[in-house]
Amino acid sequence: MTTAEHGHHDYYIPDASPWPIIAMLSVFLLLCGTALAINDVGFGIWLVVIGLIMLSVMFFGWFGDVVKENLTDCYNAQVDRSFRQGMLWFIASEVFFFISFFGALFYIRNIALPWLGGVGYLGATNELLYNQFTAQWPSAGPDNVGGGFTPMGAWGIPAMNTLILLTSGATVTWAHWGLKINSHRQLVAGLGATIALGLLFVILQAWEYSHAYHELNLTLNSGVYGSTFYMLTGFHGFHVTMGAIMLMAIMVRAMKGHFSPHNHFAFEAVAWYWHFVDVVWLGLFVFVYWL
Amino acid sequence: MSTATLAPANDHEHHGPPRGMRRWLMSTNHKDIGTMYLIFALVMLFLGGASAMLIRAELFMPGLQLLEPDLYNNLVTNHALIMIFGAVMPAAAGLANWMIPLMIGAPDMALPRMNNLSFWILPAAATMLMLSFVVPFFPGGGSQINTGWTLYPPLSLQVGMSMDFLIFAIHLLGISSVLASINIIVTIFNMRAPGMNLMQMPIFVWTWLVTAFLLILVVPVLAGGVTMLLFDRHFGTSFFNAAGGGDPVLFQHLFWFFGHPEVYVLILPSFGVLASIIPTFARKPLFGYKSLVGSMIAIMFIGMVVWAHHQYTIGMSLAAVSYFMIGTIIISIPVGLMVFNYIATMWRGSMTFETPMLFAVAILLMFSFGGLTGIMLAVVPADMQYHDSMFVVAHFHYVLLPGAVFGLFAGVFYWLPKWTGNMYDERLAKIFFWINVIGFNLTFFPQHFLGLAGMPRRIIDYNIMFTEFNMVSSVGAMIFGLSHLLLLYIIIKTIRGGKPASARVWEGANGLEWELPSPPPFHSWTTAPQIK
Ligand code: HEM
Ligand SMILES: [Cu+2]
Repeated sequence: MTTAEHGHHDYYIPDASPWPIIAMLSVFLLLCGTALAINDVGFGIWLVVIGLIMLSVMFFGWFGDVVKENLTDCYNAQVDRSFRQGMLWFIASEVFFFISFFGALFYIRNIALPWLGGVGYLGATNELLYNQFTAQWPSAGPDNVGGGFTPMGAWGIPAMNTLILLTSGATVTWAHWGLKINSHRQLVAGLGATIALGLLFVILQAWEYSHAYHELNLTLNSGVYGSTFYMLTGFHGFHVTMGAIMLMAIMVRAMKGHFSPHNHFAFEAVAWYWHFVDVVWLGLFVFVYWL
Repeated sequence: MSTATLAPANDHEHHGPPRGMRRWLMSTNHKDIGTMYLIFALVMLFLGGASAMLIRAELFMPGLQLLEPDLYNNLVTNHALIMIFGAVMPAAAGLANWMIPLMIGAPDMALPRMNNLSFWILPAAATMLMLSFVVPFFPGGGSQINTGWTLYPPLSLQVGMSMDFLIFAIHLLGISSVLASINIIVTIFNMRAPGMNLMQMPIFVWTWLVTAFLLILVVPVLAGGVTMLLFDRHFGTSFFNAAGGGDPVLFQHLFWFFGHPEVYVLILPSFGVLASIIPTFARKPLFGYKSLVGSMIAIMFIGMVVWAHHQYTIGMSLAAVSYFMIGTIIISIPVGLMVFNYIATMWRGSMTFETPMLFAVAILLMFSFGGLTGIMLAVVPADMQYHDSMFVVAHFHYVLLPGAVFGLFAGVFYWLPKWTGNMYDERLAKIFFWINVIGFNLTFFPQHFLGLAGMPRRIIDYNIMFTEFNMVSSVGAMIFGLSHLLLLYIIIKTIRGGKPASARVWEGANGLEWELPSPPPFHSWTTAPQIK
């Protein structure tokens, strides 16, 4: 290609690609299927399955194309910057998704529950509807929805999980250092350790859920405490799982030698994502488990 | 890129667009994607318009004529969601796609494949939105959506399966907006022609930068809110259930934390269009570039912390309502500043009134009127009377139609010659303008009186004392609605032919987009322009 005389020409504009439209079809099937399935319409689940399969194929195909283009030197520094900035703004949007759930938690603890308990200018609710209710946290509300439960303590598994995630943040940074000094072994070992810690986190979290369900009677239906507890930790756990899968993909690519000290956007993107998940957990640990 | 052999995929740069459906379904071209956004928005405009005309037909007389109450409520909900998410936002995104790369001298959007994804999610979302409308008519489909676009619980917890389709449609719309916003921000930050700094960008580009920030910050919160709704509906959580310690009002906060910034998302791109149009037809440079940028940034920050002015009647503490009232009134200062900048741009200009400029002037007049009723609504004790009345409906149609929709029309007329290479029919366009604007005022002006006299919004029937104004409003709505057929005709006619447009199109036009031929080549700035 004759690019020398053009200023901008080296910004890679990909050729027509089938992946976006496949992505659209797969999320469409996935969501329509879910809407049907949760309303007990039998074939909904099949749409979900097809949607998920298409979605995985799409991710392989799309990212596969990106990897191919990267390996054939299609991307210059400007394209690399676009990817980086894009990832940062994507993470920013994720932050605000979590903010909605943290916001709900703060609102319920500091505003809604005290009202129900009779404090302030809306205290009449308490007088008229929920006379015996005293506001406290944790709470399953005036009707004790879901029955009595024991809240999750902070210093058992959650504290351990905090250590695990913090360590994994360190190992992924160690892997990055390895990459920067071109030490293949340190890179792969660091990634491997991070993945192992991530999986350990997920397993412990699952174990904690099972403990909560079976021994503490703390379920998704345990009033607002159960709601906020499971939604916040659940979405976080989902993100950790996604992050671990992304790390695995990165590790495969690292073993294939795709990354060099100067060209490893994908690695960094996943590392940022991992740190983001880490920081969310710290918020969870403080506001969901501890305080 | 070093050699040709390594990048076979890129050799299309020497040819034209891909052939057949591939060009559209798999596009990575900002102009084609922009065109698809605009066509999609036009289709949605007609769908949303049809539902609005049905609503107004029903309200022509008191009593029930055409519709059942449930269907009426369903239409009201659907109308708002289609217009906001299906018509205005995609049309503005279409303008962004077409114009931002041209205006900043970029070869395309920064992430072209993701750009196509942002667009193609929309038809899927729109299909789910329409499904949420029609599902109740099938056996086992459950009840119709009767909540209005605000989806407040507990009502939204009681609706049948269609609410789930709607929730997922909102998720999809949110994903589309966030991806498009990421793309726009990255394009603006990373793809400007060498030498163009941020304070040299056209205001249109600035408005979209601010809009994209707002979308990234608030859309995920809406997604979170409707996710909680979904879990309350199906999985036994208690976010909005007081018996379990939750609070239905929590949803209102989450919704309006999104909803109020959303109104700026809707108007800012159109205000950016005005910043292009007014200097062109006043043949004067834009007045107060820096203060326009400053105003927008102020709007972005203040706009995110005044949401509860939609909730004055829920029973907040005096301190809270006072804060939200003062914040809301303060935000009209930067909004007003933008309007004054445009007026000052026209001051002593040598103006001509081609259709885009006619729209621009009309927008300034009518939007300002809507802003004034907004300030009435911002005053807590007054709003206690106006809330949920037709006065609110009049207010937001006065800000939204001129502020957002007419701005988009103006932009379409302004840039259509650039896009198609043909001039539109100025005479027909002016006829369209007058019918449209008169129809609009006829429809919505009487609603102020109706609201002040006490007619509630979102109710299918009304007291006979409201009949006359409702009749005027309904007649206006038919004129207004049908006038868009003329718009469609003008657009189709322009696409198919017309007086060839020059590169500059308008005598007074300035900016990089006018340096390229009309229509621009398939790949925009393959050579980065020189910025002086
Ligand atoms: C001068 C600036 C403005 C002020 C002070 C203002 C104030 C208000 C207030 C207080 C309400 C709530 C009324 C009620 O429900 O009782 C309201 C409603 C509304 N406003 Fe504005 N507004 C302004 C500008 C705008 C703009 C620029 C837009 C859109 C482009 C807009 C769109 C809306 C909409 C859509 C609603 C109704 C939402 C609903 O309940 O469905 N407003 N406005
Ligand atoms: Cu508002």
